Amino acid sequence: MRNRLAVLLPAWAWLLIFVAAPAGILGAIALAEADPGVPPFRLAWSTAGFAMLVADDYYLGAFLTALRIAAMTAGLCLAIAYPMAMGIARARPDRRLLLLALLMLPFWTGFLLRVGAWIGLLRDEGWINGLLQGLGITDAPLPMLYTEGAMLVGMVHAYLPFAVLPLFAAMLRLDPTLLEAAADLGARPAVAFATVTLPATAPAAAAAFLLVFIPAAGEFVIPELMGPSEANLVGRVLWQEFFQNRDWPVAAALAVSLLVLLLVPIRLFQRLEARP
Amino acid sequence: MTRGRFVRAALMAGLLFLWLPILLLVAYAFSADRIPFQWGGFSLRWFSALAANERLVEAALLSLRIAAGAATLAVLIGGAAGWALARFGPFRGRGVFGALIGAPLVLPEVVTGLSLLLLFVALETATGWPQGRDVLTVLLAHATLGAAFVAVVIQARLAETDRSLEEAAMDLGATPFTAFRTVTLPLIAPALAAGWLLAFTLSLDDVVIASFVSGPSGTTLPMALFAMLRLGLTPEVNALGAVIVLGVGAMLAVAALLLRPRRG
Amino acid sequence: MTALLRAEAITKRFGPTLALDALDLEIGQGEFFALLGGSGSGKSTLLRIIAGFETPDSGRLLLDGTDIAATPPWARPVNMMFQSYALFPHMTVADNVAYGLRRAGVKKAEAASRIAAALAMVGLAGFERRRPHQLSGGQKQRVALARSLVMRPRLLLLDEPLGALDAGLRERTGFELRALQRETGAAFVMVTHDQEEALALADRVALLDGGRIAQVGPPREIYERPASRFVARFLGAANVLEGRAAQDRFDCPDAGISCAGAIPADTVAIALRPERIRIAAAGEGPNTARGIVQDVAFRGDDSLVLVDLGGGATLRVAHPEEGGPPPDRGADVTLCWEAADVVPLPS
Repeated sequence: MRNRLAVLLPAWAWLLIFVAAPAGILGAIALAEADPGVPPFRLAWSTAGFAMLVADDYYLGAFLTALRIAAMTAGLCLAIAYPMAMGIARARPDRRLLLLALLMLPFWTGFLLRVGAWIGLLRDEGWINGLLQGLGITDAPLPMLYTEGAMLVGMVHAYLPFAVLPLFAAMLRLDPTLLEAAADLGARPAVAFATVTLPATAPAAAAAFLLVFIPAAGEFVIPELMGPSEANLVGRVLWQEFFQNRDWPVAAALAVSLLVLLLVPIRLFQRLEARP
Repeated sequence: MTRGRFVRAALMAGLLFLWLPILLLVAYAFSADRIPFQWGGFSLRWFSALAANERLVEAALLSLRIAAGAATLAVLIGGAAGWALARFGPFRGRGVFGALIGAPLVLPEVVTGLSLLLLFVALETATGWPQGRDVLTVLLAHATLGAAFVAVVIQARLAETDRSLEEAAMDLGATPFTAFRTVTLPLIAPALAAGWLLAFTLSLDDVVIASFVSGPSGTTLPMALFAMLRLGLTPEVNALGAVIVLGVGAMLAVAALLLRPRRG
Repeated sequence: MTALLRAEAITKRFGPTLALDALDLEIGQGEFFALLGGSGSGKSTLLRIIAGFETPDSGRLLLDGTDIAATPPWARPVNMMFQSYALFPHMTVADNVAYGLRRAGVKKAEAASRIAAALAMVGLAGFERRRPHQLSGGQKQRVALARSLVMRPRLLLLDEPLGALDAGLRERTGFELRALQRETGAAFVMVTHDQEEALALADRVALLDGGRIAQVGPPREIYERPASRFVARFLGAANVLEGRAAQDRFDCPDAGISCAGAIPADTVAIALRPERIRIAAAGEGPNTARGIVQDVAFRGDDSLVLVDLGGGATLRVAHPEEGGPPPDRGADVTLCWEAADVVPLPS
């Protein structure tokens, strides 16, 4: 129908230009050769960029670190989010909205400001060290900022709300009579939780984990601002290759590799989301 | 029950973890001390310092303009895409269409940023447009990101809206366009507004994609803030944080008042 | 009866499924017509084709002799009451009813009086300013009716009109629907999966199966003289016995019985209604059977008796209250029926 075309054509055009084409170009440049011109590459069929990623432990390490940090962030988020989601789901319905607002509001205040706040808390002359020294617990500042711990705190803080939401939705969907049936059949609350609630919310927990893991694996800002200088996550390495070394083919190869690496978790996440 | 108490305590601790840094950031914005997060008596000096920081003010105004433009574009594209996905049935290429509109949701920011930059470079080489990268390229990139979110919001809203409402309108003599204007649009208006706000916020919050696709004349607020934070924290950042948090709070209060369920 | 709507060889496929298979149908002026069938029978597809929401792959759809198969829904003098009622949630009751009049460009003053009349007709005067979420299920149904009827359609389509109502409300609403149909003189075409509803409300019933019409006719005729095993089974409760036709006789070897009567040679099975079977003291020969009572269920004005004939065959027998107490479980009983009550089924 004509009406449909009027809606579909502009959308298709936009998606082909701004989503499909960039992906194709990214692939082409990952196979290009570095060249000291402007732009700094020459189109070719070269796998030199990818070969470098495999050959150099530096790049391999960047992927491994990124996956490890992302997994730790997602695990921590899941552990904190699970009881939080349960708390919100169990709250009186009129309170739920307020609790959800409290959960999501930090997201609306700006990501960088929250990172800035943590810097203010964690650095040597920051609020926590000031407090510790003021109370006489320590007499020299504890080095907290620019550690892996600081980086994890920052990332958990940034991604936590997104882990709570799918869990909350799953717990709200959980039929309370199932727990009553379990109790009726002789299950104590802890047993009912382990045999009913946990299995019923396991897919949502997996979705929450992946929802954090996927963006965290490519994270750049928090490692850059809060992590130790040697924490070379793949997002950070890509940035350096692109902005400092001006090696576009390697940066593109890193991006393509990261995508390929994330393909499995992304598909898994989409499958979980598509469940009824 | 002890487990109930544990869950409540965990919820409160989690919310405190989320809020404490933000509240401290805002509170210490009113401190006179030159070192952020040190109390040196009440003062508004950092707010005037912030207002006098032309670079930041300019970046903020630019960011607001980009965010408004990107959100508007995102609502148009994402709204159309969400509508097509929810209402057009199995049209040709639907799978690819859905994958493309949703891709920015799952792609790491560095990948989206890099690939869009490479697109703009390739476009310029091939067609001479866009000449260099600046405000427009950031706006287009942010619109693409925002459209993905808007499409999800609109598709979900339409999915829970009874499809026979539109059919009833047509049955009563409304053409598809009239049915859309008089029935569909009023019903999804809140979702469109929510999608616009979401796209607006995403644009205001983004530093990575903007850093890739921006040019010398397109320094957004997050880019400026990122540069400042790299060097450490200044009390001006506290002041900026206070302005944003209080501004967002005021906006949400107004929105809550406007959206408050009317009688009945 | 002059035909208002004629469907000629309507075929509709959805991918690999054949929803309607060269279906022919005639609906008369001012008739209350029911499309009855199970899910997947094609009844809803047919309704949506008449309304204009689906286009047939082939065939003609004639309204007053004009082919409307390609006319979009907004240009058809046909209106529909949706199963979900589809009341616009952001509009008041009055605005809902006014919606179609506004599209048709009816003048304000005339529209106001027509809206008032339509709401009065369904007993909802005074509800103009309410919103759909403030109405009960029955009230929503009436608003949906008023919204369609205010358009004065030649043909009103009703998709499961009683489906969403409580049992208590159904009977009353059914009578009201019939009264409205007589009052407006419009043809009503109702889709339902409930055979009681179809038999009770409609002047004529079409039973659909697999995109074809299995039988069409007045309720009594369909009920009394089902044309096939499918119809006999769908209309509920009839005993269907498979067997072989012989001259003036039909033998059911499984049940060990034979029926005498006017049996055409192409008969493959017979239908026997439970209320036509009597429990007798004794008897032998054709049109009788012997068996053991398997179970008895009290149903108010009668009892349903399940009789095991051996060989895997059971007969359902309705034993009326005035016939005395029903036999006990395990009792050895003799059953008999009239030759005229045997319905031969050709397919």
